[in-house]
Amino acid sequence: MNDTMRLLPCADGAVTIELGDAIDSRILARVEALSAALHEAAHSGRLPGILDVVQTFRSVTLRYDPLAATLAEISAGIAEIAACVRPGNGPAGQSWCLPVCYGGAFGPDLTAVAEATGLAPEAVGAQHAAGHYRVAMLGFLPGFPFMDGVAPGLRLPRRTDPRLRVPSGSVAVAGPLTAIYPWESPGGWHLIGRCPLPMFDPARPRPALLAPGDRVRFFEIPPERFAAIAQRIADGGLVASEWHDAVPRQTP
Amino acid sequence: MARRSAPANAVIGLRIIAAGAMTSIQDGGRHGWRHLGVPASGTLDPQAMRIANRLVGNDGEAPVLETFDGGLHLRAEGGAFRLALAGSIKAVRHGADGSSPLPPWRSHLLRDGEEIRLLACIGDQRCATIAIAGIVVPHQLGSASTYVRAGLGGIDGRNLEAGDLVPATPADGHIERRLQHAPAPETGPIRIVAGPQDDHFASAALNLLTSAEYRVGTDADRMGMRLTGPALAHRDADSREIVSDATVPGSVQVPGNGLPIVLLADGQTAGGYPKIATVITADLPRIGTLRPGSTVRFTWVDVSTAQAVARAHADRLAALLHTIVDCQGDFVPAAADLGRANIAGCAVNALDPSTWSPP
Repeated sequence: MNDTMRLLPCADGAVTIELGDAIDSRILARVEALSAALHEAAHSGRLPGILDVVQTFRSVTLRYDPLAATLAEISAGIAEIAACVRPGNGPAGQSWCLPVCYGGAFGPDLTAVAEATGLAPEAVGAQHAAGHYRVAMLGFLPGFPFMDGVAPGLRLPRRTDPRLRVPSGSVAVAGPLTAIYPWESPGGWHLIGRCPLPMFDPARPRPALLAPGDRVRFFEIPPERFAAIAQRIADGGLVASEWHDAVPRQTP
Repeated sequence: MARRSAPANAVIGLRIIAAGAMTSIQDGGRHGWRHLGVPASGTLDPQAMRIANRLVGNDGEAPVLETFDGGLHLRAEGGAFRLALAGSIKAVRHGADGSSPLPPWRSHLLRDGEEIRLLACIGDQRCATIAIAGIVVPHQLGSASTYVRAGLGGIDGRNLEAGDLVPATPADGHIERRLQHAPAPETGPIRIVAGPQDDHFASAALNLLTSAEYRVGTDADRMGMRLTGPALAHRDADSREIVSDATVPGSVQVPGNGLPIVLLADGQTAGGYPKIATVITADLPRIGTLRPGSTVRFTWVDVSTAQAVARAHADRLAALLHTIVDCQGDFVPAAADLGRANIAGCAVNALDPSTWSPP
């Protein structure tokens, strides 16, 4: 993998390993394999001084303590590890099937998305739910998953007027990507629905519901089911593993 | 969402009477969670945190109060508490026996019912740090640092508000400690290393960044600061955005309008703007604590220089910490401290330090 990667220093505390500059499944497969190997090396102590290993669509960035390691040492370690990495050796990830209530107040852009794509409004939710998505990276906000795999017929550029307040749980699309906003925040993606599950909870062993490498499908729920699930979450009677894929869907 | 409050049995500590600006609890930071989109947070001024904590006998990375400019007003409740102030800041203590200046860089015992008030930061730096001996703050994801956007750390994951109690262990009669020499203010341009996306900019933009003068914009907080000044031209229209890539504290990203944004401790973990440069770790506290309107100049260095400066900074901090000595008896303000407090020149009421005019 060494021949196709560029090491880009970020001053004395980080280095970005660039594997490409596109959203592309082949690049992502290499990112996942390298990221997994670097996480392992950081945890085992083989690469000393590492504070964070962050993967994106096309790169892995290591943040390190400049008093514990130099760029030369880190670079040598990266080269050694990358030489043994094969694309496809990334982690399997978890599979999820997540409930979404499409349209209405939960998806204020669904009608506009239908108009722009020429789809019937019901077909927007159906097409989105039918997709198979892969969590490429987290960022922007804690637990914010950038998921690749939106069907070509549903792809639109970002909104020209970003919203100042996107409600938490909003399910959104932009280009080939879909995401669920974990927090209320500004945002420029098209809001087509809402998911009632908390995307980030520091009390969970893995605070982010979704992590890089996870696979995600969606299923449509009506507003009353959304309310029932939200109530169960508020009562503390719902665990994240209920939404693992291959678990039969039951009415809460 | 799981939210924690201070322990229910903690009825003693420092009561916030007025919270000042963006006052939060911070420590050495929350590392190892960036892959889930969680920034490190942590103090913007690690040297101040380490010195203040050592003055009160805490671990160097124990949680501290970080505040900007004056306005923070605290009262000891339920006991006496030892605290130390770090930064170029004026503060006063209000006690039963009147008011007196509370100088930084030494520890003080705040008796039950006594108050301290931060007046103003002196110079371009607007960050002040208060360490409290035996501060009791729960950790989340390995850190007590407040990160407001995700409600993590601190007290209920938010900045401090009037009425909050910062729980702490009452102090013993231990002798006070002081730093013999306050850290010398650093001068000179902020040092930056080119990249990771310097190739997205015309060479004129790379020259401009270090030849022009920039100012800290009004949009400046713990996430980052927008700079105003001459716009930096991207190489071409396609160079204005990149496929999302990781960012770090110190990343200098340049959006389409050409005006640089320096990301800080709470900055997002990834972004789609090209990053022309990265501030070296040693200079990050200096730029991150500048008040809006301050001028900023940059200079290019290479990575090995940045590493050498980081080591020199660590050595200098270690040497500073070695100058911490015990103080005997009651504190008598030095003539220089009195001069800095403008007691002689501008006092309106010598017994009420709040009437002392700012510098």
